[in-house]
Amino acid sequence: MNFVPATVAVPDAAELVSIAGERAVCDARGVLYFPEMDMLAVSDLHLEKGSSLARRGALLPPYDTIATLARLQEALDLYRPRIVVSLGDSFHDGEGASRLHPAFRERLEAMMAGRDWFWIAGNHDPDAPADLPGDTVRELAIGTLLFRHEPSRIPVEGEIAGHLHPCARIVQRGRSVRRRCFASDGTRMVMPAFGAYTGSLNVLDRAYAGLFRRESLMAYMMGRDRVFAIAGRMLRPG
Amino acid sequence: MILFCSFCLAIRPARATCGSVTAKPEPLHETAVARLPEPFLKWFAGKGWTPRAHQLELLSRAQAGQSTLLIAPTGAGKTLAGFLPSLTELAIRPKRKPGQAHRGIHTLYISPLKALAVDIERNLGKPVAEIGLAVAIETRTGDTPTHKRQRQKLVPPDILLTTPEQLALLIASGDAKRFFEDLRYVIFDELHSLVTSKRGHLLALGLARLRAIVPGLQTIGLSATVAEPDELRRWLVAQNPPGNMAGLVTVAGGAKPDISILESEERVPWAGHSARYAIPEIYEEIRRHRTTLLFVNTRSQAEMLFQELWRANEDALPIALHHGSLDVGQRRRVEKAMADNALRAIVATSTLDLGIDWGDVDLVIHVGAPKGASRLAQRIGRANHRMDEPSKAILIPANRFEVLECRAALDANYLGAQDTPPLLAGALDVLAQHVLGTACAGPFEAQALYEEVRTAAPYAALSRASFDQVVEFVATGGYALRNYERYARIRRTKEGLWRITHPRIAQQYRLNVGTIVEMPELNVRYVRSSRGLAGHGGRVLGKVEEYFAETLRPGDNFLFAGKILRFEGIRENECVVSAGTSANIIVPSYAGGKFPLSTYLADQVRAMLADPDRWSTLPEQVSDWLRLQKEKSILPKRGDLLVETFPRGDRHHMVCYPFEGRLAHQTLGMLLTRRLERAEARPLGFVATDYSLAIWALDDMGALFRAKKPSLAELFDEDMLGDDLEAWLNDSWMLKRTFRNCAVISGLIEKRFPGQEKTGRQVTVSADLFYDVLRSHEPDHILLQATRADAGAGLLDVGRLGDMLSRVRGRIVHKPLERISPLAVPVMLEIGREQVNGGANESLLMEAAELAGEAMGQA
Repeated sequence: MNFVPATVAVPDAAELVSIAGERAVCDARGVLYFPEMDMLAVSDLHLEKGSSLARRGALLPPYDTIATLARLQEALDLYRPRIVVSLGDSFHDGEGASRLHPAFRERLEAMMAGRDWFWIAGNHDPDAPADLPGDTVRELAIGTLLFRHEPSRIPVEGEIAGHLHPCARIVQRGRSVRRRCFASDGTRMVMPAFGAYTGSLNVLDRAYAGLFRRESLMAYMMGRDRVFAIAGRMLRPG
Repeated sequence: MILFCSFCLAIRPARATCGSVTAKPEPLHETAVARLPEPFLKWFAGKGWTPRAHQLELLSRAQAGQSTLLIAPTGAGKTLAGFLPSLTELAIRPKRKPGQAHRGIHTLYISPLKALAVDIERNLGKPVAEIGLAVAIETRTGDTPTHKRQRQKLVPPDILLTTPEQLALLIASGDAKRFFEDLRYVIFDELHSLVTSKRGHLLALGLARLRAIVPGLQTIGLSATVAEPDELRRWLVAQNPPGNMAGLVTVAGGAKPDISILESEERVPWAGHSARYAIPEIYEEIRRHRTTLLFVNTRSQAEMLFQELWRANEDALPIALHHGSLDVGQRRRVEKAMADNALRAIVATSTLDLGIDWGDVDLVIHVGAPKGASRLAQRIGRANHRMDEPSKAILIPANRFEVLECRAALDANYLGAQDTPPLLAGALDVLAQHVLGTACAGPFEAQALYEEVRTAAPYAALSRASFDQVVEFVATGGYALRNYERYARIRRTKEGLWRITHPRIAQQYRLNVGTIVEMPELNVRYVRSSRGLAGHGGRVLGKVEEYFAETLRPGDNFLFAGKILRFEGIRENECVVSAGTSANIIVPSYAGGKFPLSTYLADQVRAMLADPDRWSTLPEQVSDWLRLQKEKSILPKRGDLLVETFPRGDRHHMVCYPFEGRLAHQTLGMLLTRRLERAEARPLGFVATDYSLAIWALDDMGALFRAKKPSLAELFDEDMLGDDLEAWLNDSWMLKRTFRNCAVISGLIEKRFPGQEKTGRQVTVSADLFYDVLRSHEPDHILLQATRADAGAGLLDVGRLGDMLSRVRGRIVHKPLERISPLAVPVMLEIGREQVNGGANESLLMEAAELAGEAMGQA
């Protein structure tokens, strides 16, 4: 699984994995890159979450959108993908896109220019984002892979989903380490949330029940500079 | 007749002369004689008692219109003195005529502890009834039921006993003006402990608000002895003009306490905090006394000591445990048993520090060094709560450095030295909370509120610019990117008044009032062992910090609530446990409760170290240890900083002895390792104790110092507090934790996050995310300013480190050694034993993750 073929350049921060036979790069920045298709997937951007909460009186720093976009820009600059899939909950609420600061909107549009860009509908943003290019779809099938927001409850070979915001936890030398992660059993994957203000949910939580074959579950935990592949048996709940 | 409550003890039989009690009043402009109404005189006479000099003195000052600070030792009858002005005035106040409106509160009493307020209600009620006063006394705390609170608003009692948080709530309500307009006195109990925290800042702002409502308001502060009484005197009155002070009445100390250091037959260990060696001797003392109060510095020490004592408890003496993590019901039972004299000993942490009386204590044992002379005095005051009899106390040092510290503390106590911490400037996050609270009560005008806030002593130096920034923050978050205008919480009206934009804002404010931010905690639920996680029911033993529970594996044994518990797992917000076995017990480590060595005591320890003539008062094994150090290395002079370097194993070590407390040493350790890294000494880690700091590296640091690459003077240069500190701070977990507190107190995030439980799955959003985003996009934001100010003063002890660095400039003594010195042994023993706390945490986490990653990579 961990061999690196000469044709695929894996950046330092990344780990090459295989999902239903398709090779993909789990990047510590939180994006998934498919070299054969020159496609980059990112999930749960939750843009404009800050302003969404501000409407309810929590005046959180209004820089989450720009922080998220800046990190996305970095990943795009590195992989220069032809296709980008945003796996849903791209905006924290239905009006998120219309609240975008003009400068942020411009920046996002510049990132989208010259690429095929797919917005997959999420539970937070079921409709197409207002006044933004790109195609809004419920799900997207490319080759053996199926991209959708919410993972299905039954085993689906080749499904790439988000929604659950997975993280994993290990205890080492009496210390607990919790990080966001890519969760996969080799047949399907749940991607980590990318947005600056997104929380996370342990991959051993009930919400993931039935998604993975437990014995081959791997958590690709996001370190500061690299991804750590941790076997399911080492993980702790909570 | 023997009485034990502090109220009654205020009044002694007339035949006993005033002896050690002398009121030393400041000169008063008009000679005033206290006017004690007839019923009081009769009551005193009927009891055969006479009021004490300081009680009358305080009364006459109050009657002359003066606010006053009363400083008196425990047992001097502070409480009655504090209430006499109110009671006498209420006694002669004309009755309310039928049909007349209810009058507002006459006297507000504020204490740091709920329990204290309840205690006072009990103790004050009796004499009030006996004198025949028609005075309504009620408490209002977090436990007061809603219907009673509502009734209090409609029919206010004459005297209301409450806490700082409740005051903040009261002044934030729309009817605050009516409720307080008849207020005459505010009494602050245990003022010395109230003012040193953010709670004190909030309270000072609340007092300023009360003064704005009732300009003629008088205050009475009750305090134990403090280093700087003038700070408290300023705190009590409006700083208008600046520097204004309340009057002062001081009662000289009672009988000298009888304190000794345990002269153990056993070997005093080099390091550690358990004092296990002394258990048989401690147990013997408990047997010899009626009731013994045992104080320790941390909750984990309390658990350990309690366990060891029961192991030694052949006579099955009733010995109890009391600390802040235990279930409140259990704590109340222990307190009750104590008051009923049903216990022979109680092991306690600082939860029992403040002035509540617990029965007939005739011995205080302090296990571990007291860390501050004032704290020692306060704790010893606990024994024999009668001022004219000497208190008896025994100090049990847990290791050899603590022997020095105990000795120094003992000398300090005899000298009456005080080392209470200096007061800090008012925190901006607290001010933000107050500004919003003020708006919840009614619209305010910025200029007027600014002037009002500056009358509060902690905020006397507040600039208008900072104030305006805080108001902006409250309104829209105060971000440079001004896109929250339409979501503003308060908004300026055409008339120039700031007003809340929605009633919901006031509701949210009420849920989040206060300055005490708890660490996330889990209930500890005790189930039958056979049931495991599936077991239901079982009682709650108390709370442990979440991060501790997270490190446990099912089957791990740990010590809590005096029991050995087996960890079964975490279920929702509960840590499920069953009966454990005594094999491989882990003791929970708690974040709180560790006090650093006080500056004053540190200086005393350095002085003792430098002066062999004083070693004669030390146990022989300790003075031998110091002599050996003198022979093998150097004993630093009082003002010097000794730095030793030596190889050990495959590493090189550097040990220095600043004696500035663990927090300052931790900060120093972080900064020095950064510098050593730049000097390519390849440092690997460090460990800090209250007394010294050890750093280990792959390269010979001694050789580097000799070659002046860098010199020690360069290494310890004060400029480390500039860029290095800034760079490290920004990434430090401590700053993140501090930020979280500031964010909660200022109202940026709520104590309970809305929507968090909504989905049923526990998606945890951490305040760290907001910190990271804010820091990279608006590093000068007011909340980050508040965070840095906090961290610098508290967790990092930067001020103290700065003082130390400037003190030792040109006085650093380097001693290269072949092997470890005697003085270095204690800190070296901590390596690997002490869990590395603080900033090292991050790298440790990283290392753990890497280990796991590497293991997988090879698989």
